[in-house]
Amino acid sequence: MSTMMTAAAHAEMPAVLSVEGLTTSFLVDGGWRPVVRNISFDVMPGETVAIVGESGSGKSVTSLSIMRLLARDQSRVEGRVLVNGRDILALSERDMQAVRGNEVAMIFQEPMTSLNPIFTIGRQISEVLRRHKGMSKAQARAETIRMLDKVRIPNAGARFDEYPHQFSGGMRQRVMIAMALASRPNLLIADEPTTALDVTIQGQILDLIKELQEEEGMSVLFITHDMGVVAEIADRTIVMLRGDVVEQGQTADIFRRGQHSYTRELLAAVPKLGSMHGHAWPLRFPIGDIGSGKAEEPIEVANTVDTRKTPVLSVRNLVTRFPIRSGLLGRQTGAVHAVENISFDLFQGETLSIVGESGCGKSTTGRSITRLVEPKSGEVHLDGYNVLSLDQPGLRAMRRSVQMIFQDPFSSLNPRMTVGATIAEPYLKHRLGSGGEAQGKVADLLRKVGLAPEMTDRYPHEFSGGQRQRIAIARALALNPKVIVADESVSALDVSIKAQVCNLLMDLQEEFNLSFLFISHDMAVVERISHRVAVMYLGEIVEIGPRAAIFDNPQHDYTKKLMAAVPVPDPERRGLRRGTSIDELKSPVRPAGYEPPRREYREVTAGHFVQV
Amino acid sequence: MTALEQTTGMAAPAKGGNRAWRKLKSNRSALAGLCIILFFSGLAMAAPLLPIADPLATSWTVIRKAPSAAHWMGTDDIGRDILSRMIWGAQASLMAGIFSVAIAIVIGVPFGLISGYFGGWVDQVISRITEAFLALPFLIMAIALAAFLGPSLSNAMIAIGLSAMPVFVRLTRGQVLAVKTEDYVEGARSIGLGHLDIILRYILPNITAPIIVQATLTVATAIIAEASLSFLGLGQQPPAPSWGSMLNVAKNFLDQAPWMAMWPGAAIFLVVIGFNLLGDGLRDALDPRES
Repeated sequence: MSTMMTAAAHAEMPAVLSVEGLTTSFLVDGGWRPVVRNISFDVMPGETVAIVGESGSGKSVTSLSIMRLLARDQSRVEGRVLVNGRDILALSERDMQAVRGNEVAMIFQEPMTSLNPIFTIGRQISEVLRRHKGMSKAQARAETIRMLDKVRIPNAGARFDEYPHQFSGGMRQRVMIAMALASRPNLLIADEPTTALDVTIQGQILDLIKELQEEEGMSVLFITHDMGVVAEIADRTIVMLRGDVVEQGQTADIFRRGQHSYTRELLAAVPKLGSMHGHAWPLRFPIGDIGSGKAEEPIEVANTVDTRKTPVLSVRNLVTRFPIRSGLLGRQTGAVHAVENISFDLFQGETLSIVGESGCGKSTTGRSITRLVEPKSGEVHLDGYNVLSLDQPGLRAMRRSVQMIFQDPFSSLNPRMTVGATIAEPYLKHRLGSGGEAQGKVADLLRKVGLAPEMTDRYPHEFSGGQRQRIAIARALALNPKVIVADESVSALDVSIKAQVCNLLMDLQEEFNLSFLFISHDMAVVERISHRVAVMYLGEIVEIGPRAAIFDNPQHDYTKKLMAAVPVPDPERRGLRRGTSIDELKSPVRPAGYEPPRREYREVTAGHFVQV
Repeated sequence: MTALEQTTGMAAPAKGGNRAWRKLKSNRSALAGLCIILFFSGLAMAAPLLPIADPLATSWTVIRKAPSAAHWMGTDDIGRDILSRMIWGAQASLMAGIFSVAIAIVIGVPFGLISGYFGGWVDQVISRITEAFLALPFLIMAIALAAFLGPSLSNAMIAIGLSAMPVFVRLTRGQVLAVKTEDYVEGARSIGLGHLDIILRYILPNITAPIIVQATLTVATAIIAEASLSFLGLGQQPPAPSWGSMLNVAKNFLDQAPWMAMWPGAAIFLVVIGFNLLGDGLRDALDPRES
């Protein structure tokens, strides 16, 4: 749908969805607390409107209010929501059921849990048709297969009778979309539909939604936190902050001439792929000020890497496999080849990023190096330790040199321990000092990560996600490690918080000359933060080299595909179709006795190797 | 944004142990539960000092008399004073409830922790044995064990405790499996903590809630089980009273003397409620996330 057509449509057709003065409140401690305040917007026929905001902005509550999916005794929705001119807030629950899934359909974030696992996907889609369209069983079946074809599920007819677990995440999201479109709704509400998907799959789904919209002429209300996705899909954009709409307008205008300081700050914090061209070293993120909206130019970090010394971490031919057992006797029938013959060095003060999609073995690599899982073979030398031959006491001593930071700050801190005890624990357990010294150390570390030392007596649940991640970093630093393995450590954070935590990591690297093994699927963050990058696919490193070489001159097909799939926050690219084939990530599961082929690497430029 | 981030989600700081006690004190239903338990425990302990009739003295003249000024709770089928038997019986019943559950927890929870945490063949062995125990009905096993150990109240408590244990093994193991996958457990390994530290500081505190709930429910089962054992002559030895045995006798006279069943029934009910309320309160008080 081009903007021109939308403008023309605007003049003659009434809005598909018209929200007027919507206020949603939740019952909190006996009082009504508004979480969405007095917001109004329209969605025209054929138009895509994106609601963008960080966690707690009220974007999902808005979509749930429109669908009237909030628990009735716990929430109160005021204002008017007109769907095709009819106020659905005034409808009875029975009439509302005819609206849901019929006039307005919805798809959700988690494709793994939004399908019923005990019914075939064909049955689940045809149920919608029989209920809303009154079709016979045979008609519904034919129509369902047509829908599955439409969402580009290969060999749709044969897959009608398959169960959800037989589909991959991306394919399930296609099924969800087929189900949503089955009754030909005027409006599709998509609540973070690609957030749980890998980046190449995300690209395919975004393409699909765009194509279907052109074919069916429906309107889309797209809820997301990702400015890249917004730029790619939305005609108009609504920016929300803590329950209020701070700005709405044409997407291009929002991106170029955003008026509100928050919009500008949000855009400044979004990492853009390709923005590091011409920079030799990692670059801090510009941090805006929410009051003025002005962003300071970030300072490039100093060169911390010394490649003349022996690498602090050296990995040679590392292999980790997980056996798959089946049958009564638990005979091994195969193995997940999670990490297959990988080698790399990490120097003091360097950040090496490992990128790849889910199941590529990047996390297992980090865990194998620290021996949280037992590798099958290979060599790991870390700060003078021959890691794979250490006994238990030796392993415990080695853990002083390498620490981990995990992805989810909500599950990586023990909820029953105070922040002070959490940070002091490694220091005390390794007998680095007395209890009194530990207290001083905790206060010092809290200041270093940007938190107040008075917070030691609090529990993790009292902190936000970003603060918890800072606590996890403080704990990792308590042992003065040489290497920190950061496993998707910023992936779960909101953009502005993500930028802050990345900057913190870079500050700490400068101050303590730390080495990071930065495991991530987020190419844009990786580009910003790394000295070198390794790309993993199906357990193997397919390409490794200096950051500039990988991003400016990718050689391996998979690296190129990965980069092409990343949504770029630039509305100019909205017409873009990737045209990538619909495929699924291959599985690293191999039958018993499988021996992987020997791999050769070609040196493109100094230090830039690619698998041939 | 930093300022914004730092102002969110702040509550008054509080220290571990004091905080739990303060939270328990401010929880009215937990306090009520505690009062009920203290009341019955106090009665049980004070039994020798109270000016009540001999709980064993029979009288052919006052068989199955309804409550009166002379006998506040009435008399039973051989003319014993029910009030007196209730007070003396509280000792046996409370002890049966508390000690047998304590035995079940002290043995069951560590086995569950070991089984769930270490996995592998240790888990296989412990789980198979647990399942074998669970295959036997609770009461049948308690009777068999009590018969094997010999008839006395303390043997009955051991038998009941051992019979209730497999449930705790199973429950603990399941909870450990769930908590074990949390990142903070892996984080504890990555800072170099030993198994004992991880189990005691990272796993056990995070699985106490369901164990407490199970324990409070099992107290009730144990009191009833003691009744069944004493009915068979395997628990509290007649003529010494326990609530359970009184209830057992009373069921033959429900038409003629309903008070015989009413008092011990009500007492068991109250004690069970008391333990449940206290257990719920404890669960909340020990969880720093509950404010």
